Amino acid sequence: MSRKFLIILSLSVVVAQAQLPKDAASLAAGKKLYEYHCAFCHGRGDDGFAANLVNPHLPHAPTDSSLFNVVKNGIPGTDMAASLGMSDKEIWQVAAFVRTLGRSAAQKVPGDPAKGAAAFRTRCSGCHMVNGSGGRMGPDLSDIGAKRSPANLRTSILDANASIVPGWAMARVTLADGSRVSGVKINEDQFSIMVREGSGKIHHIAKADARQIDVDSKSSMPSYQGVIPDDEVADLVAYLFSLRGGL
Amino acid sequence: MRLSLRIAGLSLALAAAAFSQDADWTTFSGNTLGHRFSPLKQIDRTNVAGLKPLWVYQIDKTDKFEASPIVRDNIMYVSEPPSDVTALETRTGKVLWKYRRVLPDTLPVCCGKVNRGVAIEGDKVYLGTLDAHLLALDASTGHIVWDATVAPYQKGYSSTVAPLVVKDLVIIGSAGGEFGVRGFLAAYNKDTGKEVWRTWTVPAKGEKGAGSWKAESYKSGSATTWVSSTYDPELNTLYVGTGNPGPDWTGGSREGDNLYSDSLLALDAATGKMKWYFQFTPHDVHDWDATQVPVLADLPWQGAARKLVLFANRNAFYYVFDRESGEFLLGKQYVRQTWAKGLDDKGRPMVAPGTEPTATGNLVYPNSPGATNYQAPSFSPLTRLHYVMTRDEGGLFYTGDDAYHEGNWFLAGRFISKPGEDAKAAIKAMDPASGTPKWEYPLAFPSWAGVLSTAGGLVFSATGDGDAIALDDSSGKLLWKFPTGGRPYANPVSYLSEGKQQVAICIGHAVYAFGL
Repeated sequence: MSRKFLIILSLSVVVAQAQLPKDAASLAAGKKLYEYHCAFCHGRGDDGFAANLVNPHLPHAPTDSSLFNVVKNGIPGTDMAASLGMSDKEIWQVAAFVRTLGRSAAQKVPGDPAKGAAAFRTRCSGCHMVNGSGGRMGPDLSDIGAKRSPANLRTSILDANASIVPGWAMARVTLADGSRVSGVKINEDQFSIMVREGSGKIHHIAKADARQIDVDSKSSMPSYQGVIPDDEVADLVAYLFSLRGGL
Repeated sequence: MRLSLRIAGLSLALAAAAFSQDADWTTFSGNTLGHRFSPLKQIDRTNVAGLKPLWVYQIDKTDKFEASPIVRDNIMYVSEPPSDVTALETRTGKVLWKYRRVLPDTLPVCCGKVNRGVAIEGDKVYLGTLDAHLLALDASTGHIVWDATVAPYQKGYSSTVAPLVVKDLVIIGSAGGEFGVRGFLAAYNKDTGKEVWRTWTVPAKGEKGAGSWKAESYKSGSATTWVSSTYDPELNTLYVGTGNPGPDWTGGSREGDNLYSDSLLALDAATGKMKWYFQFTPHDVHDWDATQVPVLADLPWQGAARKLVLFANRNAFYYVFDRESGEFLLGKQYVRQTWAKGLDDKGRPMVAPGTEPTATGNLVYPNSPGATNYQAPSFSPLTRLHYVMTRDEGGLFYTGDDAYHEGNWFLAGRFISKPGEDAKAAIKAMDPASGTPKWEYPLAFPSWAGVLSTAGGLVFSATGDGDAIALDDSSGKLLWKFPTGGRPYANPVSYLSEGKQQVAICIGHAVYAFGL
């Protein structure tokens, strides 16, 4: 052991006894309580100034009991305060609603996930990584099924701009000597821009050295409306929805 | 290589292993030999006074920041508590990507939610996690490439060690020595994440050494491997130190020597098979893990060149071994101790009577944190000195309940610092030939920082109260300091950033990068 005098008792977590309610009335009550107690900081889940709750893996709440504890007791050392005036039952209702923001409910979807996986390898894996395989030009989709509903996945395939994930904008930079660099914009500040090519190579470019900088405001992913047959879209949705990152 | 030719006594192959990547810092200790020595010398004794901070990167956690950064091709990969990784540009400190792990909400960890660093090879960055997984991340995005479960965290296992890449293997150690786990060192294929070998550090029934444990006590024998191994490519041998036997402070339930706790193990890197071992503290009841970095050096020994391993131990003795045969060559007290009358001619301690923990507290030197601990040492092939962060303090040791409950604390006692006595501390420049310090730089407070030496004639470290410092490697004279105001728990590194030398260290909750 390295330092007994710095022992941190990390085992004494209060384990809550109840469970997340799943019925519609409780979720509706949880939504109402959320809007009153939580939305001031968390917005609709992903547009507040506090932590983004539209995330299947909440860092401080990996389990339902830990989510209950975070709502009830807050997170020490942060702005996340303990709940005020809510009963344990109401806290469970809020927790149940928060979980629906970040995790899609498992459901049966039409389409063949195996065929969808094959289509994914052909059409998508050049840019997207799944479980360690694939490209680097778009988000890792290993748990996309836990984040999105089948309908949302379908919409994103057909219209890539329907739901843009921040942090993946494409940048095209023309340098003073006429040479060009393009890739994912990973940083931009007053004086410089950083671009990662598909190979993984990173360029840090002083804006003073660039003749022109274009950053896409739209998704660099093509929209597949009318490009791929409906049954293939269904297969892709079935495959993507099956990717739940172990949840 | 240019530098290596000037170093008499070092074989060319060893030197190549040591200095092939001058510009970068690609393993925990800078090379696999455990030297934590940088061949860079843009920053030297004549200009170090002008060293200044170039950038500071602040983490958003309050756990201790113990990481030793890795640097390759102008990118720094630094692990953050609890089990996260950030990639930074070394020129500006700008973030390139972050990996954030979601951990179980009940984690049995003894000493903070910490991590000591990542490893890198090819297009992958490797991280051991507090829930005892080994991850391969894509080096350019931080995406998970593979995720291997190394051990069940529910039983008390965790991983805090910086992995080490050896050929096509990633070597990962275990932690959890305060929870009665059975320790091991394991190797995984670097591309697939499949386990290749696992060497248990506590023998099972019927195996060699099993008789050193009473009854079934081996099952909770600990002997974990929570500080990075070192590796000799010529001998294809790994050297790893093991931790305390479990439980920590009451030894009645585990009578015997308790192999291979508190030991240095030499393992065949391809198979994990043990070549030899040396146990520093048989039947330890003071929590003196031998989890210090074994330093591999080729030095003249009594007139002939010899492959050595140097080991400044937590139990207050300094050791030198032949690393091919395991022969004990030297053992000498280097920090105050009262627990042993000395070492016999095989290196076994002659334990002083009446030094075991008691129900009312027994005063013994050194204290449980030891003469040194996980602070990484440094060896300079130029001065041939072994620089070690040391601590001098007595402790009162108490026995306690030694019942074992899976996944729970298994301490059976406690310790406190000797009341009314301030701990002393010093950076000591040990001469391996004599086992005595050539110089000492005293510190007002103990420090958990490691030590870096450079070809610029400098030794970098940090004081316990948060000053980054540079000393003359030959005299110990203070040449530079920068007050950070934080507490250090990490090891300095040095590398080139776009051709310019930097020295970086994590202090408090930030990475500081210094340059001229």
